[in-house]
Amino acid sequence: MLVTLIDYGSGNLHSAAKSFEKAARALPGGLDVRVTKDADLVAAADGIVLPGVGAFADCMAGLAAVPGMAQALEEAVIAKGRPFLGICVGMQLMAARGFEHGEHQGLGWIESEVRALEPRDPALKIPHMGWNTLDFTQRHPVLNGLDAGVHAYFVHSYHMVAARAQDVLATTDYGGSLSAVIGRDNMVGTQFHPEKSQKTGLKLITNFLEWRP
Amino acid sequence: MLKTRIIPCLDVKDGRVVKGVNFVDLRDAGDPVEQARLYDKAGADELCFLDITASHENRGTLLDVVMRTAEHCFMPLTVGGGVSTLDDVRQLLSAGADKVAINTAAVQDPDFVSRAAEKFGVQCIVVAVDAKSSGPGTWEIFTHGGRRATGIDAVQYAEDMARRGAGEILLTSMDRDGTKQGFDLDLTRAIADAVPVPVIASGGVGTLDHLVDGVTKGHASAVLAASIFHFGKYSIGEAKAFMDKAGIPVRLN
Repeated sequence: MLVTLIDYGSGNLHSAAKSFEKAARALPGGLDVRVTKDADLVAAADGIVLPGVGAFADCMAGLAAVPGMAQALEEAVIAKGRPFLGICVGMQLMAARGFEHGEHQGLGWIESEVRALEPRDPALKIPHMGWNTLDFTQRHPVLNGLDAGVHAYFVHSYHMVAARAQDVLATTDYGGSLSAVIGRDNMVGTQFHPEKSQKTGLKLITNFLEWRP
Repeated sequence: MLKTRIIPCLDVKDGRVVKGVNFVDLRDAGDPVEQARLYDKAGADELCFLDITASHENRGTLLDVVMRTAEHCFMPLTVGGGVSTLDDVRQLLSAGADKVAINTAAVQDPDFVSRAAEKFGVQCIVVAVDAKSSGPGTWEIFTHGGRRATGIDAVQYAEDMARRGAGEILLTSMDRDGTKQGFDLDLTRAIADAVPVPVIASGGVGTLDHLVDGVTKGHASAVLAASIFHFGKYSIGEAKAFMDKAGIPVRLN
């Protein structure tokens, strides 16, 4: 079993990798977690994680700049239906379009748009930064064992607005309801950072590693 | 609901934890990685390392501490001290820091903050503002660990930094740091109300009431403290229970 974390020049892969390695060690059966820029490895992986910090367009450009990576992702996630987890901007990239610093095309896997946070209370700070509670709207194997009201660590100024309610698995409230977990078929994405969310995050990562959609 | 963050801060010198009283008279208090693990277990909401060596010869030591911390602690980590180039930021982020605090370099070259935010994203750029009272209702920016005055107005500076892409302001009162007399609440409120980004209040915490005041009177989004946690005067759990009782939303589970 090989799970790849895609390295496309976006942020702190070290800590993300460490959290997946820790979760993998606790599971039976030699799970190999690798951070990679190698498109062939991604295309052949049993699970794919797309982390992401920074701006939407920069991340899309970063992905496009890795030779063969966009095609490898399509092949593994869309054609082969391998489990996919997008984290933060890595989740947002599944959208059709993003509106961070202009309009930009996303991967288009989930009918949705990425828009600026506009909390109803203008006194609320942007970025939405810190621990917020999760409200689960649907059951999902990746969310097993997480109780309503658990906290996860968020840091973002843009959010993913899904066209279909059934693609939203969990929400959080910050001057209005926001998508916290998105999912469809073999794809899930978290707006928060599971690798920074202590026990809750490790549980979600473990669930993802065990998920066989 | 978003919770108010409680952030223990470890001052690190040559890979060891120290905490200054008014930035001198250092006391050694242990291994940063060990401390980080304890805080992780105790339910701290984030951790902050400030490298007060800030000399580039010892950069490797800090990066090693950050890397080892990230192996054990799955919580947000901010690292600051001597960050002055994009490469410094990149190295700290790759070692496992989630956010990097920029202090003196932001004063000397405000455009550095814009460039860093553009390259790495606003979410990981914290501007550390060290301010000292310069008259009634006014504060001035200090650099070099509080040793050098700049003549720059602290509120205007914080607003400028937020515009340039600081995702967060780490505000330290130089008048209060190490005094245990509580945050400079007027300063904290002046800046928290002026900028659209979260403000972390720092400098002067001696009691749990001070933490509460930082939020209720200072309007801070997060409170940072070192010595009250570090020398075992209060635990993170006690601080959270106290703030919860005072009606401040905190993460208890």
